[in-house]
Amino acid sequence: MGKTQQFSAFIKKEFRHIFRDRRSMLILLGMPIIQIILFGFAITTEVKNAQVAVFDPSNDIATQRIIHRLHASEYFHIAYYPNHPEDINQLFQEGKIQLAILFNDHFDQRLKHTGDASVQLLADATDPNQASIMVGYASNILAAFQQEWMQECRIPLQIIPEIRMLYNPQMKGAYNFVPGVMGLILMLICAMMTSIAIVREKETGTMEVLLASPIKPGYVIFSKVIPYFSLSVVNLITILLLSVFVLGVPVSGSLFWLVIVSFLFITVALSLGILISTIVRTQVAAMLISGMALMMPVMLLSGMIFPVENMPLILQGLSHIVPAKWFILAVKKLMIEGLALRFVLKEFAILALMALLLITVSLKKFKVRLS
Amino acid sequence: MIQVRQISKNYKNVQALKELSFEVQAGEIFGIIGPDGAGKTSLFRILATLLLADSGSARVANLDVVQDYKKIRSRIGYMPGRFSLYQDLSVIENLELFATVFNTSVKENYDLIKDIYCQIEPFKDRKAGKLSGGMKQKLALSCALIHKPTVLFLDEPTTGVDPVSRKEFWDMLRKLKQQGITILVSTPYMDEASLCDRIALIQNGQFLHIDSPQNMVKQFPKPLYAMETIENYKWLNTLKNDARIASVYICGEKLHLTFKADPALHLPDLVPVAPTIEDCFIHLMQYN
Repeated sequence: MGKTQQFSAFIKKEFRHIFRDRRSMLILLGMPIIQIILFGFAITTEVKNAQVAVFDPSNDIATQRIIHRLHASEYFHIAYYPNHPEDINQLFQEGKIQLAILFNDHFDQRLKHTGDASVQLLADATDPNQASIMVGYASNILAAFQQEWMQECRIPLQIIPEIRMLYNPQMKGAYNFVPGVMGLILMLICAMMTSIAIVREKETGTMEVLLASPIKPGYVIFSKVIPYFSLSVVNLITILLLSVFVLGVPVSGSLFWLVIVSFLFITVALSLGILISTIVRTQVAAMLISGMALMMPVMLLSGMIFPVENMPLILQGLSHIVPAKWFILAVKKLMIEGLALRFVLKEFAILALMALLLITVSLKKFKVRLS
Repeated sequence: MIQVRQISKNYKNVQALKELSFEVQAGEIFGIIGPDGAGKTSLFRILATLLLADSGSARVANLDVVQDYKKIRSRIGYMPGRFSLYQDLSVIENLELFATVFNTSVKENYDLIKDIYCQIEPFKDRKAGKLSGGMKQKLALSCALIHKPTVLFLDEPTTGVDPVSRKEFWDMLRKLKQQGITILVSTPYMDEASLCDRIALIQNGQFLHIDSPQNMVKQFPKPLYAMETIENYKWLNTLKNDARIASVYICGEKLHLTFKADPALHLPDLVPVAPTIEDCFIHLMQYN
């Protein structure tokens, strides 16, 4: 009877605990799928089929071509052609349109002769994100048209300020959410589930029996880590497959380093879970602490939903100690921006340091006796 | 086999154990008898190396419970008061897990647990959580015995177990004693006390008395009488205030009485009875 046999017996036991609790299993494996789909499709800031009104007094070849382009894009649906600019106000108030495009008269002629034609873009800014995205799309279309027109006519035209969006030219919502959801789910499964699994042994009294036996407490703890590590890897694969094939978010950078940084983050989250389990006594407390102390910062401070740059300085400082922030940064760089490893060395170093610190602290805090 | 000297343990405001001292000989069944909250579990946890005493020292199997806790842990079997096995694992899975924990196998020590385990073996694929109270205890005992411990700590093993299973359980302890295993067992049931070789009565973290159950009963100082009435409580209240009566209390369905001078009262159906451990306990409680 060797130590490895003891260890593998415990790992087997942990897997049994997980597989026999069907409901939790379903949540564990189903959660990433649901979250990815929710964040990817339902809760999206992406603009699709926005209702648009166009006021076109000139009705010439230039405006027709622009309208045609707007029509062709999947973002806009031109629903109204009001005869008076005043009608647009009413359409906005009734909520029938989100964007209005107003050309001035003799658009084509002005463009050709003075090189200075103006277009007004009005957006419903009750949802500022949505509005800026719509304006961005429309400006892009105008800019593209202008480019084309200039080449055809070889006349210098007034340049409409060009808006260029790096990495995410179409401002796809999913691009921002995928790293966030990865951080959230991995943190949740690793930290919450490990802490609950360890605390459950305390609560049901099995820890008492194990402590009174010659088994090394470290074995008990690490045997819990392995099943949750493998579950997290399954989830990681699910998320990556879903985001590539369902959401159409490509892995532009190195897949290898993306996986490595994910493993590093999983390690941080697992050690956080162990740390929590050494502090609390009940499963409910473990869940609340992981929920409040881990979930909320991941959601709010990691830059997943709200940009950290716009936060007060105190919160910005706080966000530095949220592991998910660094993970999300690294994933964004590796997966979406497709940057090389040397650009994420800082994130790697911080995550590694956090893992080391957390493991040391939780090993120090682990008790060989009750209370 | 077990030596305890001046052990004290305090929780925030409660003194759970007050300078307890006792010794248990090898191969003895030693019972710790007392009500809930008397400090039994704290004492067991200290001896099982799970808690540190505030003062005093204790040795188990000639090893110090603080310094040599690792060695002790491989030599003792410990069964906590609450059922503490994995409810979602089957009977055989639990047993095999604990065999592995102690670096042994079910096969190796099957002889030791055979008598107990054969009763639950028909249900070996059932989840431990779905067993009856008596069967749970048999499984827990099997798991505590799987590594052939020299000392067995059983903290209230029969609480919440039906009378038939309780009797069976004590029969098993007798057999284990024959195998030379020292057993420290606690119980709130006074009737189980007489099944131990020696007992310690514990109340509020203090031992009232340590002796064999037979001696303890013999030392009961006064003749004891029992009275059977329909209205026990009414009689209890009347007799409590009677100056001629030393003590009166309800024991089972009867009133038990002792008198200051021999039966000076004419009470209906008064019969002399032999004192039990419960009578001793109540007497000692009042005396202290």
